[in-house]
Amino acid sequence: MGLKSFKGGIHPPYSKELTKDKALEKADDPEVVVIPMQQHIGAPCEPIVKAGDEVKVGQKIGEAVGFVSAPIHSSVSGVVKKVEALETPSGKTLSIRIESDGKNEIHESVKPKGSLDSLTSEEIVSIVKEAGITGLGGASFPTHVKLVPPPEKKIDAFILNGAECEPYLSADHRLMLETPEKVIFGLKALMKAVAVDKGYIVVEDNKKNAIEALRLAATDEPNIEIIETETKYPQGDEKRIIEASTGRIVPKGGLPMDAGVIVNNVGTAAAVATAIETGMPLIERIVTITGDSITSPKNLIVKIGTSFKDIIEQCGGYSLEPGKIIMGGPMTGATQFTDEIPVIKGTSGVLVLSQAKSQTPVPSHCIRCGKCTEVCPVFIQPVAIRNLSVKERHEETEDLHVLSCIECGSCSFICPAKIPLLQSIRISKQAVLAKRRNK
Amino acid sequence: MEKRLFGTSSPHIRSEETTSRIMGDVLIALLPATIASIYFFRLSAIMLIAVCIVSAVLAEFISQKIMKKSSTIGDLSAAVTGILVAFNIPPSAPWWIAVVGSVFAIVVCKQLFGGIGNNFINPALAARAFLLASWPVIMTNWVSPGPDAMTTATPLAILKPGGEMIGEKLPTMLDAFIGNIGGSLGETSALLLIVGAIYLFWRKIINWRAPFTFIGTVIICVAIYAIVSPNMELGLSAFQVVGYQVFSGGLMLGAFFMATDYSSSPITPKGQIIFGIGCGLITSIIRLYGGYPEGVSYSILLMNVATPLIDKYTSPKVFGEVK
Repeated sequence: MGLKSFKGGIHPPYSKELTKDKALEKADDPEVVVIPMQQHIGAPCEPIVKAGDEVKVGQKIGEAVGFVSAPIHSSVSGVVKKVEALETPSGKTLSIRIESDGKNEIHESVKPKGSLDSLTSEEIVSIVKEAGITGLGGASFPTHVKLVPPPEKKIDAFILNGAECEPYLSADHRLMLETPEKVIFGLKALMKAVAVDKGYIVVEDNKKNAIEALRLAATDEPNIEIIETETKYPQGDEKRIIEASTGRIVPKGGLPMDAGVIVNNVGTAAAVATAIETGMPLIERIVTITGDSITSPKNLIVKIGTSFKDIIEQCGGYSLEPGKIIMGGPMTGATQFTDEIPVIKGTSGVLVLSQAKSQTPVPSHCIRCGKCTEVCPVFIQPVAIRNLSVKERHEETEDLHVLSCIECGSCSFICPAKIPLLQSIRISKQAVLAKRRNK
Repeated sequence: MEKRLFGTSSPHIRSEETTSRIMGDVLIALLPATIASIYFFRLSAIMLIAVCIVSAVLAEFISQKIMKKSSTIGDLSAAVTGILVAFNIPPSAPWWIAVVGSVFAIVVCKQLFGGIGNNFINPALAARAFLLASWPVIMTNWVSPGPDAMTTATPLAILKPGGEMIGEKLPTMLDAFIGNIGGSLGETSALLLIVGAIYLFWRKIINWRAPFTFIGTVIICVAIYAIVSPNMELGLSAFQVVGYQVFSGGLMLGAFFMATDYSSSPITPKGQIIFGIGCGLITSIIRLYGGYPEGVSYSILLMNVATPLIDKYTSPKVFGEVK
């Protein structure tokens, strides 16, 4: 059987050898954590503690407001010092600063939820919601929202995304390799939550050992299939994942549920497993700290709220003058302006590139080589949109399907003239969306 | 730290590919055919190629100076155009033809339309058409390969149905394939042009669509013609007619190095196929029914002009779209 793949895409240098064989380690306990009230897509949380309050590990400190939101919990035990706008990876946002007492006392609300058989679908959804679980792949969409699709959408399969197609990152790889049973348990819980009996885990073939580990852990699970795909970026995009596993195509402008499936990251499933097995909400996650500026790159289990600076120090600090500090991977991650910001639920990686690797190449003239069109996984014509975008003719880009762009960055990566195609597309996309909202 | 952090839009890594690397690869791919032209046409080949490269690069440099633009001679595209102009003129042409052709290609066809990526027609082919219209005698004075160059006819002229050269002796098929025949400087050696093309495929600089459909269409059209009206004068089989049609003339040079020109051919995959078929049809019609024995350059130029339209109507269906 040929490997599953998709049309388009690129083969960037993966640079995963820096961390892929580094076993997971627990990060040192932070002395101080800064926990932002908005770490997810949707409405920000309301703080329910104030300066001076004592908190424990797993205690809810931010209450979700609205349906598309997820509560936030303390990752340490200690005293709340401040509730105010602080620097976070998404700019200055309302955050809670807690000084740890080092005791890590666990809050009384944290207790095991019982066996999977004893739980109903509704109970699982409510556990996921109360545990503040959001998509850990990076987009941070509240997971419980995905679990209650509108009744007219028939869901028949649950897919876990373990592709980890972003270069440099190895957090999901280590998770699947070291605790495959947790991923499988989480998937079974999620399948039960939405009452489907087919589950898939999609992994790129550059993680053979993780695939083996998952297959072994799923030996007694006839309904769970581990799908091996070609290693090609952006295989981890959810529509590529759905095509690879089920052969279904999500219609243009549609969501995975329009193809009858729900997709979640493998890390998210592991967090669901933890929430059921121990009752501990989402207060820590795996972060790959890597890049040519990091002395000894690692995969660390980090408490939410720990500063980038602390974990970088645990990796031996900077070996080269940093040029870019990126949250996430090099293809889609966002550059940060300081290392004094906290790890949040969506921090899959902290990538620090040296000054030399951070220089922006000087763009030259488009030579119409067509490579951007060739690699585009959604088959739009990046250069055509860019030519309109730079002339600020944004409305016309809608006809060129600018809104179908998944912002994977393959076009900018491949361009021999080094034209920042995705940047132009983003500008047009924003303009088109803004105009829509104003209507 | 805290020296200077860069904040940019993703992606944060870029491929190694650059414009000058692509053009450098094209130069490498043109090397086998260049060696063939020097082997067959001796000093005149060396002179014409050198004059063309120097005039093309200088023309680009000076015209950009005058237009107060930054120079792009470093991207090597002018050098590629220079070689292609040289490949398209007869080995017997005087040096000034090479200069006029290269300057016309670079200044009129390329720089006046905005430089690299903006020329809507292939500069080297436009230069050939311009020279042929202006100095028809010089541009059709073919000589035989080798040290004592004699006036000769190209195989296509001999094959031309109802043409004036009927009765001349055809070279062997092997000579036509390796390039030991009369013709434009760089077009004669099908063998070494194919070697260069294989390099371009391997480096993923060009794809199969335009060249294969181009050559395939010519093969089909010529085969049908040869079967329907067999070549009585020379007593050639349909198979032989197709062989000469494919391996002599400008088809190999045109299909692999000109119809694949980025700026003047379609970007969309479907468009590239339409482009190749169109080139093949026009070439066949000119060769079989037109006034000239050769039609590759005009076919590509005509399809160049149709490129924006082809691109417009062949834009790919976006992911998940139902048309």
